[in-house]
Amino acid sequence: MSAAKNQKVLPGFGIALGYTVLYLSLIVLLPLSAAFVEAAKIGPSGFWEILMRPRVLAALKLSFGLSLAAALVNSVAGLLVAWVLTRYNFPGKKIIDAAIDLPFALPTAVAGISLTAVYAPRGWLGAPLAELGIKVAFAPLGIMIALMFVSLPFAVRTVQPVLENMDSELEEASATLGAGRWTTFRRVVLPVLMPSILTGFATSFARCVGEYGSVVFISGNMPMKTEIAPLFIVTQIEQYDLPGATAIAMIMLGVSFFFILFINLLQAWNSRRTGTTKA
Amino acid sequence: MSLAALNISKHFGKTTALDNVSLEVKSGQLVALLGPSGSGKTTLLRIMAGLDFPDADCGARLLFHGRDVMDLPARKRKVGMVFQHYALFRNMNVFDNVAFGMTVAKRSERPSKAEMAARVEELLAKVHLSGYEGRMPHQLSGGQRQRVALARAVALRPEILLLDEPFGALDAKVRKELRKWLRAFQEEEKLTTVFVTHDQEEALELADEVVVMNNARVEQSGSPQEVYDHPASPFVIEFMGNVNLLLRGRKKPGTQPTSLYVRPHDIEICQYVSGHTLEARVLHVFSAGSVGRVTLEYLETGEMLEAEVPRSEVDAMKLTAGQLVGLRFRHTRVFAKKDQQRQELVEVPYQHPGDAPQAEPAS
Repeated sequence: MSAAKNQKVLPGFGIALGYTVLYLSLIVLLPLSAAFVEAAKIGPSGFWEILMRPRVLAALKLSFGLSLAAALVNSVAGLLVAWVLTRYNFPGKKIIDAAIDLPFALPTAVAGISLTAVYAPRGWLGAPLAELGIKVAFAPLGIMIALMFVSLPFAVRTVQPVLENMDSELEEASATLGAGRWTTFRRVVLPVLMPSILTGFATSFARCVGEYGSVVFISGNMPMKTEIAPLFIVTQIEQYDLPGATAIAMIMLGVSFFFILFINLLQAWNSRRTGTTKA
Repeated sequence: MSLAALNISKHFGKTTALDNVSLEVKSGQLVALLGPSGSGKTTLLRIMAGLDFPDADCGARLLFHGRDVMDLPARKRKVGMVFQHYALFRNMNVFDNVAFGMTVAKRSERPSKAEMAARVEELLAKVHLSGYEGRMPHQLSGGQRQRVALARAVALRPEILLLDEPFGALDAKVRKELRKWLRAFQEEEKLTTVFVTHDQEEALELADEVVVMNNARVEQSGSPQEVYDHPASPFVIEFMGNVNLLLRGRKKPGTQPTSLYVRPHDIEICQYVSGHTLEARVLHVFSAGSVGRVTLEYLETGEMLEAEVPRSEVDAMKLTAGQLVGLRFRHTRVFAKKDQQRQELVEVPYQHPGDAPQAEPAS
């Protein structure tokens, strides 16, 4: 039976796995481990000391807090956009559909400059908002808008295909059982969409945490106020404080990793429960 | 509760899904909407459920026990509906699926938790799924899902049950079991039931009345026997089972061309050709099983015929390929064009050679 044992339906497993491991190592793991090694040099106490600096804490809080907020807003808004694009037909739908990908394609610096121009105290929207006492550019709100801008495609594009493929019979069954539109949405549609909304939320969040280019223009970069963590890392490197920069990088990496892990575990639990493949 | 759908027309863009269709179902009856795909049967069912709407200007009416419900949305029609792919809620277990209708009812009409549990238990016992409350839909077989869908559809005690291809996605054995079970269930619950199918055997076996649909219209409706024995049109005859078609009088000028239909089991094979028989040559004999299937060539026109005769006759006559035999048709349906303009076919009597002229009994 040993001959049969060696028979594989799909040949080339060895070389495929080897290639995958090598590629992953070169592109992902090697740079990451370099950061680990660099961060390890300063030791746990040094690490703690850097983390507890008020300016570092403020930057981390700002980055994660605004990313979370932007991802949350986008999850709701993205669902709405995806809903409109899949459920209705209207002239110009294709153009709107294509426009959603613009933040993907646009260099982030372009986005940053345009947003700043619009929301600056003398900009189109900035001026009237300033009249109302709302400061957008050079304030946390501006950062959040920039983050929402760059991460919107993630929120829309993960939900859209699931919504498109959703069996309309489910909603019809709910209706024949006496449920109104809102009840149907809450109890039938939303649970089906939830995995993809979560995925969209997680990828939006990850994109927001890492965003740099568009934010630096609109934030004003005031330490303790509008300085995001990635910018702070850059500042540290410019001051030749490599251990400090890597320490912050490690913290960001850790938080993001556990966040994504949590979402994935949630997804796995959900798909086991409902017997569906992961969205 | 009786059900009547009157003057229903429905267009999807330029295609006609239903062309002035009317249908009446007596209280407690089981009616099959039978037809090929695209005949409009599912659209008609969906209109009854309130999931589709007829054209605005066709004067359509939908009466449940004499009351017009056309303006009621689906959720207010109190109709049980079973979908082709069951449409179970994947994120809910069997209990929650069956109880769904009760949980979304208005607070004033909503049964208590205990009443709900009792009703679900009762229903699951009826569909032979007691003890499956906690299962998720993906842990059930196709037949079980089907029964959960049925329990869910009747949980609110509707008096009308609509089923869209209820057995379409099941394998043959489960389908036969469920058919019998559904019939018993429907009679016990006294449900006025309409079900859609493209399987004529299913319709004939299950239904009190069969409504044959084709090209957005009702071709014929009647009891299964009526529809099978007295098909009103060539379409019905062809749809209800295997049938031979002989075109007659095509070449003779001045005669009315007709289409003669004869079912394989209505062809009698005689060992000798006589003045009372048609002449044919045996092309092929297939005699495995209880029935012998014989392929014949009708010598006058060269048309092919399929006959089904008992094995004993095949053996007694020693039928072999090449043999010349006589044919008699026990039961035929002949259709002719009404006149030059109209495509509609009317029935004309068929006369065997040598037989005394005799009018076919009117159907």
